[in-house]
Amino acid sequence: MNWNSPAEFFAMGGYALYVWSSFGMCALLLALEPALVRHRHLAALGNLRRQLRAEQLDGEKP
Amino acid sequence: MSNSIIHWFKFASPASFYPLAGRMIPWFWLLAAAFGLSGLWLSFFVAPTDAVQGDGYRIIFVHVPASWMSMFIYLVMAAWAGLGLVFNTRLSSMMAQALAPTGALMAFLSLWTGSFWGKPMWGTWWIWDARLTSELILLFLYVGFIALQASIDDPRRADKAGAILALVGSVNVPIIYFSVKWWNTLHQGSTVSLTKAPAMAHTMLLGMLLMALCFWMYAIAVALQRVRAIILERESHAEWVRELKEVLA
Repeated sequence: MNWNSPAEFFAMGGYALYVWSSFGMCALLLALEPALVRHRHLAALGNLRRQLRAEQLDGEKP
Repeated sequence: MSNSIIHWFKFASPASFYPLAGRMIPWFWLLAAAFGLSGLWLSFFVAPTDAVQGDGYRIIFVHVPASWMSMFIYLVMAAWAGLGLVFNTRLSSMMAQALAPTGALMAFLSLWTGSFWGKPMWGTWWIWDARLTSELILLFLYVGFIALQASIDDPRRADKAGAILALVGSVNVPIIYFSVKWWNTLHQGSTVSLTKAPAMAHTMLLGMLLMALCFWMYAIAVALQRVRAIILERESHAEWVRELKEVLA
């Protein structure tokens, strides 16, 4: 084990700014990207549903 | 033999690939999480403090995987784009399109983490040396590929134009990889090589490889998710898309 206390862990031997900025940005982007992709997928499904409904309504007109 | 060929071409059709990708995605997320958790454990709790760089060196556990993936994803993207160009298969071009944003993200992370590593160790956030500059060009190539495809309305023409850019740009990848050998740069030489023993402790190496596997599985999972969205967007006219459970629901 490298650390004797949580404070020591977060201090990263004086390199806290550099280590946590690097890991933090990775964590942020690797969490953000799947969320954006999921949103894009749901938007595509929503568009398809709207399109189908519009065509159904067109078909029902006399 | 002929059987296996038919089998593979079957999955080249978006209609059969869409559900297959949907079934594969959870497994790649699971792998990414498993590799990521064990990799992070090794990175912070098992790998010893470096004699020269102290705990600042721990940036390597995200920097190297992001850099490797930025180069590897580019080559895979160019290969898919090239296949799409030669065989005129829609799905190949969609795969290339799905990989580009993830590759750009990896290139950005490589530059970002490198910058936060360079500041304490070299005393500068940025320097115009061969390794850093060629990696920045890689990021621009990804952005250029995305922008070029977005600027052409006809998707098939966008695929072709993008493929040419991706293929020509792939010359940059070996330049990045060998830049530390070919030129004098501030960037250190490669820590891991296929021909000689790694210049680092075993636990450090293992942690780095686990993190690289995590990034790899992540990239596959997120690219498969994106390609499913792209398939829905581009095949919205197709009968099979309209009959999907999730559309009718």
